[in-house]
Amino acid sequence: MSVVSKRTHKSQFAIYDERGRKIKLARRTKKLSRSLGGTIALFIFIGIFAVFMGMPMVLTISNALKPLDELFYFPPRFFVRNPTLSNFSDLVISMQQTWVPFSRYLLNSFIITGFGTLGHLLFASMAAYPLAKNKFPGSEFLMGIVVLSLMFSGVVTGIPNFLIISQLGMVDTYWALIIPAFAFSLGLYLMKQFMEQVPDSLIESARIDGCLEIGIWWRIVMPNVKPAWLTLIILQFQALWATTGGVFLQSEELKPLTFAMNQVVGGGIARAGEGAAVMFITMMVPVTFFVVSQSRIVETMATSGMKE
Amino acid sequence: MKERNLFQKIFLPKPANHQKNTTWALMKQNKQSYALIAPYFILFFTFTVLPVMMAIGLSFTTFNMLQPPQFVGWNNYIRLFLENEVFMVALQNTLIIAVVAGPISYLLCFTFAWIINEMPPKIRAVMTVIFYAPSISGNVFFVWLWFFSGDRYGLVNGWLLRLGFIDQAINFFRDPRFILPLLLVVQVWLSLGVAFLAFIAGLQTVDKAMYEAGAMDGIRNRWQELWFITLPSMKPQMMFGAVMSITAAFSVGDISIQLAGFPSVAYAGETIVTHMQDFGWIRFEMGFASAIAVILFLMMVGTNKAIQRLLRKVGT
Repeated sequence: MSVVSKRTHKSQFAIYDERGRKIKLARRTKKLSRSLGGTIALFIFIGIFAVFMGMPMVLTISNALKPLDELFYFPPRFFVRNPTLSNFSDLVISMQQTWVPFSRYLLNSFIITGFGTLGHLLFASMAAYPLAKNKFPGSEFLMGIVVLSLMFSGVVTGIPNFLIISQLGMVDTYWALIIPAFAFSLGLYLMKQFMEQVPDSLIESARIDGCLEIGIWWRIVMPNVKPAWLTLIILQFQALWATTGGVFLQSEELKPLTFAMNQVVGGGIARAGEGAAVMFITMMVPVTFFVVSQSRIVETMATSGMKE
Repeated sequence: MKERNLFQKIFLPKPANHQKNTTWALMKQNKQSYALIAPYFILFFTFTVLPVMMAIGLSFTTFNMLQPPQFVGWNNYIRLFLENEVFMVALQNTLIIAVVAGPISYLLCFTFAWIINEMPPKIRAVMTVIFYAPSISGNVFFVWLWFFSGDRYGLVNGWLLRLGFIDQAINFFRDPRFILPLLLVVQVWLSLGVAFLAFIAGLQTVDKAMYEAGAMDGIRNRWQELWFITLPSMKPQMMFGAVMSITAAFSVGDISIQLAGFPSVAYAGETIVTHMQDFGWIRFEMGFASAIAVILFLMMVGTNKAIQRLLRKVGT
C-alpha cells in the first residue's frame, strides 16, 4: 500500500518514471498506474491456477505415453518415465477387432459434426444478417426469444425434443443430431452481434445496385464476418464432437466416435492404457482447432456483449 | 445514371415514408428479411420453443410414451415437492453447485481474463489455451478419475498414503462426503468457457484513451482502474458472461453421472438434471420428468433475469 500512495502524490511525472523502469509494461500505453508488488501477487495467483487448470491436461498427455506398468505403479507417478506409443498401437489393434470398425465411428463423427456445423453456420448467419441490419416487425421479439433461450440449456428440452424427433421419423438417423444442431442459439446470437459491425454503407450501396437481400448476405456481409465463422465453427464443432448420440442413435453402426471412446475409457483396468490414448485424442482435436483459430475467435467474442 | 442512383439512395432504403406506416406494409416491405430468417427460425421453434411448451404441457400429465398422456393437474408438482425426498437432495445439490461453482467460475473467468490481458500477446495466447482447453475438450474430465481414483494407484491417494495422512485408500467418488466437493472442483475446472473468451475479448476492446484520461483524473492504482474504468466499459460482456456461467452451473449432470455413477452413492451427486434423466429415460415417467424440467427451466431463467437486473446497476 505504501508503495502505491507514495507514487500518487507525484502526479504524472512519477507515472512516466515508472513506465520507464518497467520494460515489460512500457510497450503498452495504457499501463499508467501499476505497482510492482501487485503485479507479482497477481502473477503468482494466476500461476497457481494455471497449474490447477493445466495439470489434468498434462496428466492426460503423460498417461497416454505411459506403458501399462507405469500406469499401475505404486507410489503413482505424475510424469511418464519411459514414454511409449504402445497405448496408441493397442488402441488401433483393439479398434480393428470391434464389431463396428473404427473407421465407421470416425466417419459417423465426421458426418454429424461436418453437416451439423456447416448447416448451422449457413442457417444462423442467414438469419443473423436481417436481425442485425434490418429492423422489421417482430425482429426484436425474435431476438428476445433467442437471448432467452441462452438462459436455459438443452437438458430442459430433452424429453419433448425426443418426442418431436421421433414424430418426424428421424430417430436412429444422423438427422436426429444434425437438424436440431442447425438451430442452436449461441451461434445466431454471436453472429448477429458481430454483423452489427459491418458498415451500413457497404450494404446500402449493394442495395442501390439492385442486389437482393440474399445476395447482400452472401456477397457483402459473409466475407466481412469471417472471424465469426470460425467462432461458430469451433463452438458447434466442440458441441457435436462431444455428443454420444444418446437416445437418438440406437444402431451401433451410426454411433459417433465419442461413444466408442467412452466405451473404451469405461472399460476399466484392462483397457486403462487405451483409455489414456483415447482421452488424448479426444482432447487434442478441439484444442488444436482452437490454437489455430484463437485470434479470430477472440475478435468475434469482443462483440458478444448484451445490450440493455 | 448517377442522378438515378442518388434518387434511389434517398428514397429506396426508406420507402416507408411514402407508404402508410402500418405493420402490414412494413412486413411486406421486409419480406426478403423474413425469407432469410425463416429456415433458422422454423427449426428454432421446432426444437427449442415448441419443446419448452410441450414440457410445460406434459408436466401436468402422466405419460409413459406408450399410452396417450393423461391430465393430472398439479399432481406431478405436488408429488415432486411433498413425496419425493430425493428431489429435495437433488435440488439442494443443484443449488449448492449453482451458488458455489457459478459465482466462482464467473469471478475466475473475469480475474484470469483481466490478469492475462496485461501479459505480452504470446504469453497471453498460451494462457488462454491453458484456461480454455478444459471446457472444449469433450470428455477429458474423465482425467479426474485418475487423480481421485479409489485405489492406491490414484495420484491423490498415492500422495496422501506416502505422506502418511491416511493408511487406507479413500474411494473418493464413492464416498458421499467427497462427491459433491469433487464435482464442484471439476465443474469449476470445466467452466472457463465462452464467458472467459468474451471477457478476454472485451478487455481488449476497452478504449485505451480511457485509461490515460483516468490516470490524469487521479486514478491511482490498478484496482481503481478496474473499478472505475474497466468494469463499466465491459458491462455488456459481463452480462453475457453471467448468462453463460449461470446456465452452465444449473446444467451440471453429465459429469456427476460419468464420475460419481448413476445413481451416485447415497444420491450425493444427484442434481436436478440427473434426477430428471432418472425419471425420464429410466422409469419413463415423462410427465413427472417434465415437471422436473419445468422447475429447472424456471430456476435458470429466473436466476438469469435477476442477475441481469443486478448487473445492469453496476457502474450506473
